[in-house]
Amino acid sequence: MSKAKQVLLNPIFNDNPIALQILGICSALAVTGTLYITLIMCVALTAVVTLSNFFVSLIRNHIPTNIRIIVQISIIATLVMLVDEVLQAYDYESSKTLSVFVGLIVTNCIVMGRAEAFAMKNGPIMSAIDGFGNGLGYSIILIVIAVIREFVGAGTFYGIEIMSLTTNGGWYLANNFFLTPASSFFIIGFTIWALRQWKTDQIEEPEFKISKNSLEAKETSV
Amino acid sequence: MIEAYLSIFIKAVFIENIAINFFLGMCTFLAISKKIQPAIGLGIAVIVVLGLAVPINNLIYNFFLKADALFPGSDLHFVGLICYIGIIAALVQILEMFLDKYLPTLYNALGVFLPLITVNCAILGGVLFSIERNLLFTESVVYGLGAGTGWALAIVALAGITERLKYADIPEGLQGLGITFITVGLMCFGFLSFGGISL
Repeated sequence: MSKAKQVLLNPIFNDNPIALQILGICSALAVTGTLYITLIMCVALTAVVTLSNFFVSLIRNHIPTNIRIIVQISIIATLVMLVDEVLQAYDYESSKTLSVFVGLIVTNCIVMGRAEAFAMKNGPIMSAIDGFGNGLGYSIILIVIAVIREFVGAGTFYGIEIMSLTTNGGWYLANNFFLTPASSFFIIGFTIWALRQWKTDQIEEPEFKISKNSLEAKETSV
Repeated sequence: MIEAYLSIFIKAVFIENIAINFFLGMCTFLAISKKIQPAIGLGIAVIVVLGLAVPINNLIYNFFLKADALFPGSDLHFVGLICYIGIIAALVQILEMFLDKYLPTLYNALGVFLPLITVNCAILGGVLFSIERNLLFTESVVYGLGAGTGWALAIVALAGITERLKYADIPEGLQGLGITFITVGLMCFGFLSFGGISL
């Protein structure tokens, strides 16, 4: 049981798909403007990655190695089409807001990456757990970004007004910068910084060491 | 007439840049932007593949998948995704074989990037956008080339900045991925200023 727990919890902080593996940044960041849309995206991705891991793992011994990518993509694309149809049926407004980004889960590298790296080598149940864990790791980063962007950019939390805007006669002047795509780059950059200050083993080695300047060199020699 | 096409092109390159404004192709964008040379190679490959994939998928959509396209009452739009991704994969494969036979120098220059492009979301994103916006065939050719050029421009610019950054004294935790994100954020500001252009 402990292995399952490890597989589930590891991707959340220790091996986060976005912050460490650099996977799945592609389609995700554009949808973090409001928390509600982000939650839909997170649920969609977690469902797809869990199920795709399960099915790929189920037939892993029957897939010929040289056509495995196309088999994996077909499984993933089918699942994404299902999710898209369900979303259009039950929440048409949100599916319009998400526009092409639900479809882009097909090329989301988390799904492909986990299918290739984990599901091809492990049993179906374990793979499903791994997929779910990676979905959670992705969701956590996305939710953090969405909460910050929505709160600072519009003064709301999950659509509920927290700080009354000046346009409605309140006191808070909305910071429109946080509604632009640029802000999510900054927020994710600083999130990664914070995460790596906490988990110091994730720090990347610099490609080049900067040599000390003459003043510092003198200090160390004295 | 020509102005309409020019405005689609400019819009795709600067105002609605698929890398900077829609975050598409981010994984490769961040991974292959450490040096300028490979970034240029990848940029050219993306221009070529987008320039072909967008119009071809546009034709497929208009002649097969659209409601009432195949025969009255048919509606195959729900299998769209699997068709588009299949066509992109096949296209990349054909392009690879073609370049290998007829243009070996370009083939060697593009190297491993060509197969990688199949799973680049910039390509699928460009295709989906052109279909969502109901572009005509000629418009989709221009849009594909424009979107590719925009992506190439963004990755070459980022690679140029990253190359200079190796001389900078960056805080430990921000090293690598962190500083790249913040650089892209700053570039985003630059591209936001194009938003004021009215065509």
